[in-house]
Amino acid sequence: MIHPLPPGTRDVLPDEARELRQLGGRLRAVFERDGYGEIQTPALEYEDVLRLGDDRAAGAAFRLFDDQGRVLVLRADGTIPAARLVANRFADAPLPLRLFYFAHAYRAVERGAAQSREFLQAGLELMGSDAPEGDAEIVAVVLEALSSAGLRRHRIGLGDASIYPLLLAQSGVPEAERATLLAHLQRRDLPALQADVDRLGLSAATRDMLLAPATLRGGPEVLERATGPLAVAVENLRRIHELVSERNGAEADRMIFDLGLAREMSYYTGTVFEVYDPAVGYALGGGGRYDDLCGKFGRPLPACGLALDVQRVHMAQLEEERLG
Amino acid sequence: MIADAGLTIAVPRGALFKETLDRLDALGVDTREVRANDRKLVFPDVGIVTMRPSDVPTYVEHGAADIGITGKDVLLEQAHRRVYELLDLGFGYCRMVVAARAGDDPLGEPLRRSGIVRIATKYPRIATDYFTGTGRQAEIVEVKGSVEIAPLIGLTDAIVDLTATGTTLTENNLVEVEQIAEATARLIANPVSHKLKAREIDQVVARMRTPAA
Repeated sequence: MIHPLPPGTRDVLPDEARELRQLGGRLRAVFERDGYGEIQTPALEYEDVLRLGDDRAAGAAFRLFDDQGRVLVLRADGTIPAARLVANRFADAPLPLRLFYFAHAYRAVERGAAQSREFLQAGLELMGSDAPEGDAEIVAVVLEALSSAGLRRHRIGLGDASIYPLLLAQSGVPEAERATLLAHLQRRDLPALQADVDRLGLSAATRDMLLAPATLRGGPEVLERATGPLAVAVENLRRIHELVSERNGAEADRMIFDLGLAREMSYYTGTVFEVYDPAVGYALGGGGRYDDLCGKFGRPLPACGLALDVQRVHMAQLEEERLG
Repeated sequence: MIADAGLTIAVPRGALFKETLDRLDALGVDTREVRANDRKLVFPDVGIVTMRPSDVPTYVEHGAADIGITGKDVLLEQAHRRVYELLDLGFGYCRMVVAARAGDDPLGEPLRRSGIVRIATKYPRIATDYFTGTGRQAEIVEVKGSVEIAPLIGLTDAIVDLTATGTTLTENNLVEVEQIAEATARLIANPVSHKLKAREIDQVVARMRTPAA
């Protein structure tokens, strides 16, 4: 008799659990060395509270009712609960606040897409630190933590959630069309993006400016290739690269810039991050700057963070060991 | 161009197979072994894996292939796959249509009399989205092959299917009622490969954009 598990959930047996704990230990050691303190928040929160941070509660998919009839959700990310915690518990604590968590989050899955309903995140949140210094610190700490975990080929991709909306506004694209173009960029449906931009009848220069971010990606030389309004928009990314280089030149070589990078969460206001390793076909994690989120819970703070999917980092780590 | 750049490309067998290989020839990829082998599926020397068109997004999403070629119809049906769509390759043109038995009003009649129209299709997501989006109730019946027989023997009122020339529809006494979408072959990429192998993929895109070059 086999007792089923919900799709997208799994048991972890002793060998894997031991390795995951060792991996967690190495990440944790770097986080703590750099002054980050661990927090734990409940897996269940009130839905209306999480919705203050994001109208989809970060994609929360599983709900239940408590004995009072209030709607509880299983958290879908660690950032909104951290922003709530800071407003509740650190209302007048000195800044910046450096926090990390190891926590499971829960999301809906597509059938047959090998996604996880329950996944373990190792997340960092840096609150009360502005761009670009805060962004650079998060990038450097995450890269060092992954190197310490034994990864050798990992990369971090940086983009900026504010770039494309700015370009759309400056190009005189009608308000009604902007969301469509942004959605094409986020999905990287380049034929659709090109067709819809062509339809607007813009000047050749404007048209090229709206298409460029979709393919502008690579090392810091990409930032040099950004021209016009794009050159201003990438200034923050350039500064992040300088700051990480000053702190740790070897790790700075792991940075790639992707001017079309967009993340799903609506709360990102500036820099966005994604972490990659050639051994894994998916991003190992991601994050970004969310300067408006903490204010929604009552303590306005510039902030940024990044969460790693621990099981995916483990996959990359195993591949490194296999390669020897 | 593919294997020597460290790339793997997922190539669809079936209707897009030959033209895909012709395009790869134009890139300087030696596809002779692929053309000569019906049963062998993996050709590591030239960086090619062959599969059904509907499996291409799956392999590319998981990173088992860095890039791939498949029809827009497949991408529409599997809209949840996280793959990047880089290029409309222009070949393999066909259309997704609603077809029914020749008659006065094949969709209106069932809608008036039972409030619902029954549709057989191999593309349940496209069919569902289309009928929902046009404000009509539809019962979508998923079948795996020869969808044309469904209205002929009374399984459904109509079908949603792909047609290139319309010959199969005509031979089965079906007529096109509405067009849902047009489809051509697309070059897609794994999101991580698109960043970590940016230069290599951009070279393939540039060469495929101008096949004569």
